[in-house]
Amino acid sequence: MTSIGTGYDLTNSVFSPDGRNFQVEYAVKAVENGGTSIGIRCKDGVVLAVEKVITSKLLKPGANKRIATIDRHMGAVSSGLIPDGRHFVSRAREEAASWRKVYKTPITTSDLANRMGGYLQAYTLYSSVRPFGITAIVGGWDSERELPVDGQVGSGPSIGAGGKVEGKKYGGPGLYMIEPSGLYWGYYGAATGKGRQTAKAELEKLDLAAGKLSLEDGVKEAAKIIYIAHDDNKDKEFELEMTWISGLDGPTKGRHEEVPKDILEEAERLAKKALEGDDDEEEIKEEDKPAEGDKMEE
Amino acid sequence: MNHLPQGWGRPRDDVYGAYDASYLQNSGPNQHTQQPVVTGTSVVALKFKEGVVIAADNLASYGSLARFTDVKRLRTFADAAVVGFGGDVSDMQYLDRLLTSLDTEEAYGTTGHTLNAHNLHTYLSKVFYKRRSEFNPLWNQVLVAGVDQEKKPFLASADLLGTTFSAPSLATGFGAHLAQPILRTLAPDEEAAAGLSKEQAVEAIKECMKVLFYRDARSMDKYSIAVVTKDGIDLRENEKLEAQSWAFAEKIRGYGTQVN
Repeated sequence: MTSIGTGYDLTNSVFSPDGRNFQVEYAVKAVENGGTSIGIRCKDGVVLAVEKVITSKLLKPGANKRIATIDRHMGAVSSGLIPDGRHFVSRAREEAASWRKVYKTPITTSDLANRMGGYLQAYTLYSSVRPFGITAIVGGWDSERELPVDGQVGSGPSIGAGGKVEGKKYGGPGLYMIEPSGLYWGYYGAATGKGRQTAKAELEKLDLAAGKLSLEDGVKEAAKIIYIAHDDNKDKEFELEMTWISGLDGPTKGRHEEVPKDILEEAERLAKKALEGDDDEEEIKEEDKPAEGDKMEE
Repeated sequence: MNHLPQGWGRPRDDVYGAYDASYLQNSGPNQHTQQPVVTGTSVVALKFKEGVVIAADNLASYGSLARFTDVKRLRTFADAAVVGFGGDVSDMQYLDRLLTSLDTEEAYGTTGHTLNAHNLHTYLSKVFYKRRSEFNPLWNQVLVAGVDQEKKPFLASADLLGTTFSAPSLATGFGAHLAQPILRTLAPDEEAAAGLSKEQAVEAIKECMKVLFYRDARSMDKYSIAVVTKDGIDLRENEKLEAQSWAFAEKIRGYGTQVN
């Protein structure tokens, strides 16, 4: 609480004497109250999942989607302020379309994360704006094969485009998480929102870095993690929303799509079963942020 | 100064010579979009019981020069339709990119609804009409093949003027003169087309491609052919004309050395 009354948290873009930007830290607080979002980077695709908290029984089930398509091969989900998430998506779509216009080829996941990281960071720099109250997870599949340029009519040189290193693999799954500060990293598994601590603990158990988890198993794990992360917060109703992106030979043919109903329901069934199974086991309690977090609260 | 107003204020011809009009600015409209440059020739298509067969050769001509020989003029749209392009190739590329962005924006929606061939044809015809109304036409005639909202075969044409029409068989360019009569003997009306099998339709289209290669000097023996049904698109882009017979050429008289 040392910041109270010092005035360093009253406007955006101002450092405190000990080098903190309080408005950005408050934005992170907004994220921590949002429904849990996760992303898993599997060996043959990416899964995005969100715990959509139902705020009213009068809302139509399945409507008001929280995961959005950025480009054919890319999707994004966010935790925090929903309108900020919508604006993030609309900007990301513009970036993806402008990339296509300039380069005549789809934007890679890392390039989109870079563009959006830069965009969010700009909202920490001026007193006329506030930072984004979201942490976004972007998942995509960069084509593993030589793609034709958009609008290409002929076959081009038979050796393909230059600049390739012999024996190196190109393309594949991409998963990035972008925070209100504009910070972004690539992840094997990413989690944000209210249940992030539990979700992260579960993600770590999957040993994603080994690159062995298949997309089909990833969908089941994602459903399970959302259910486990929700468990601490049982009083509120929620819907599980999931999308996936596979490689060109996989079930979505490189496109970002909703997980089909039958697969989603099966994953939910397994998740519920797993939850009942270890109900007696004590879950790792989500530790609230340590003392430094408390300092920021007004 | 003389008595002719058009001479006033200008250097005197008898002193400086005639005025070089090439220095005058051309204040007319830009004309570089008023004719096609690199062009593709015929597209032919025929409906059958479950779908549509469509074909176009792989040539892009620069005037009478066979300039590009691996140009794919059949473009797919979201597993729902095939668009066959006749006319200017750069305008085709523009439209292809336009359709790519349309497909991307269509995927933003969460209802899972995708545009069918009928919707796509309407869209393209409006694009053509807007551009011709701006005196900046997209120099193409396109055939849109696919299935409509009731999963029935759909085939229609749209062109650079925004004109649209539909028939059980359609052809653009030279094909409208040479292929259409052949296809009409096979499928004079919708009922006849609905009685055709896929094999019959493919056979007829291949025959038309052969006739077009025999008689159209802007055509080639390599072509693309696609079969569109409600189950998806089967597109082959490197087909070669088979069983050609040029025996008829011997009998042609009236050209070159064979004057009688």
